[in-house]
Amino acid sequence: MYDKTVDKPLLLNNEKKKTFKLGHDFRTQFELGIMLWPSILHIFIFVIIPLFGYIIAFKDYDPVSGVAGIFSSAWNGWNNFMIMFNSYDFIPMLRNTIGMNLLASFVSIPVTLFFALFLNEITSSKFKSFVQTATYLPHFISWVIYGGLFVTLLRSDGAVNYILKQLHLVNKPIPFLSDPSFFWGIATVTSLLKDLGWGAILYLAAIAGVDMALYESATIDGAGRFKKMFYITIPCIKPTLMIMIIFAVSGILNNNFTQIYVFQNSLNLPTSQVIDTYVYQFGLQQLQFNVATAIQLMKSVFALILLWGANSLSKKMTQSGLF
Amino acid sequence: MVQNGVRSSRTFQIVNISIMVILVFLAVYPFFFSIINSLNDGTDLRRGPVLLWPRVFRFDSWEKVLSDSSIIKAGMITLSRTIIVTVIQIFNTALFTYAFSRPYLKYKKFYVAVGFASMYFPGALIPTFLLYNWLGIYDTYWVYITPILVGSFFNVIIFNANYKAIPESLFESAKMDGANEFRIFFSIVLPLSKSVIAAISVFVAVWIWNDYGTTLFFTQNTDLQTIQYYILKLIMSNAGADQVSSAASQNADITKLINQTGIGRTTAETIQLAAMVIASIPMIIMYPFTQKFFIKGVMLGSVKG
Repeated sequence: MYDKTVDKPLLLNNEKKKTFKLGHDFRTQFELGIMLWPSILHIFIFVIIPLFGYIIAFKDYDPVSGVAGIFSSAWNGWNNFMIMFNSYDFIPMLRNTIGMNLLASFVSIPVTLFFALFLNEITSSKFKSFVQTATYLPHFISWVIYGGLFVTLLRSDGAVNYILKQLHLVNKPIPFLSDPSFFWGIATVTSLLKDLGWGAILYLAAIAGVDMALYESATIDGAGRFKKMFYITIPCIKPTLMIMIIFAVSGILNNNFTQIYVFQNSLNLPTSQVIDTYVYQFGLQQLQFNVATAIQLMKSVFALILLWGANSLSKKMTQSGLF
Repeated sequence: MVQNGVRSSRTFQIVNISIMVILVFLAVYPFFFSIINSLNDGTDLRRGPVLLWPRVFRFDSWEKVLSDSSIIKAGMITLSRTIIVTVIQIFNTALFTYAFSRPYLKYKKFYVAVGFASMYFPGALIPTFLLYNWLGIYDTYWVYITPILVGSFFNVIIFNANYKAIPESLFESAKMDGANEFRIFFSIVLPLSKSVIAAISVFVAVWIWNDYGTTLFFTQNTDLQTIQYYILKLIMSNAGADQVSSAASQNADITKLINQTGIGRTTAETIQLAAMVIASIPMIIMYPFTQKFFIKGVMLGSVKG
């Protein structure tokens, strides 16, 4: 091993640079391996091995049979998927999942973008950073606490109904949490409020990267504040915007379980049951392991297709994508 | 013409500042609301919530929460888990990314493939549940630690972008001088990546502190509750009063805590609000301090990654 350090200058002097490449010796590779392999092994155990568990979606699996049962249980083809499709819960669940995600994306992407654009127009940098710091706050609070806060505020004897009553706007308290017609709205507004400040960071970073000369020449040409926003800033940050849209499209089947579970109760279930909560309820609480896995397998496959599709469409249209 | 422009610009600034003030209010007021209500007398609160300042100031709910043994235990579990996992995971990610970022690493494609696979193949609930059972970590403290000792590959990408800012000549000269890979990592790379380490540590710590899914999915023992799960049960048992109660609300120590506090200076509601405020204090204290670090981290990740 010691020889290597002696060899190096010799090799370099003999103009044999190409035969010796720095770091290609066994010892270096071995050390790098020590750094890499614990993580690789961990990924194999906790990410790759569970992928094999997806096969119980095609099996007649009995939870009692344990891990061995995954392989020994009988195949039953597409049966679990048929049970899922024929379930009365399936269509409402799919509608809630996609509907809530579409609503959230349609609201949060433009609102966050405009928040960033308007925040960028604030001239006082102290006030700007104060606004940023204050609006990050909810992002660091757990959904249990943030959602719980809104549960408290929206209860029939909560602050919102109290204020509405004091203002004589309502006679009876509005059942925000038990009436299914409010659920999508509550989910959208709370997730918007929670991540508005945080989501704006990405846009602000992109806006900061726009060439100042463009604004200067636009000002000389007589463009106003809004013209500059629409014809310079937005086109310049299109790659960032596209990435956000790709994420939104590929995550359309992926609800925020941590959020929805906090607001969910048996009365608002018709509009609050989504794939993720259904998998938990059906799988872990009712022990229908194979059907729950079938739902999740279908969801994962569609999510991968959507991610790939959104990415290639974005590449074609704007020459920018995620990968 | 010019004056008109100035006037419209001033109007815009006023409107804009007003919008920002409203947004700040919307972000901050819910917390202020929970603080003042948790500090109000419980019986008095039944008359209606306080909106600006406690009507009858009482510290009793806070005292009760801070002296409740099951809340303290849940807090300790959450705190210990957060510290252990953050330290190991960040160290591990930094080390992994160092090796991963070396231009002379062989079979790099393999590591890239494994990393991306871990990012894009989502873990399914049931197979994960079966795996944890098989490994024997289901319903033990280890379920809070073991599965997340290795972080997301996203963090590797962010670390990688930051390592690229270190001049390659530094590594080359260290290597020429005979320093081994660990030496280079500890004495060159780690000291130069303090800001990304701080940034990602905050992300990871916040995520773990706020996590309740692990408790919900993979534990049953009430001795293993995390603080977030405990508060979730408090919320559900309070909400359950006028709704059909959920499984999580039926829990012995929650019932004990609420029954004990049903009358007098504290109520189930003030206890819940006090617990919520106390559980968010660590995150609220932490985030403004590290703000400049994590903005740097996010920006590097988004621009270069």
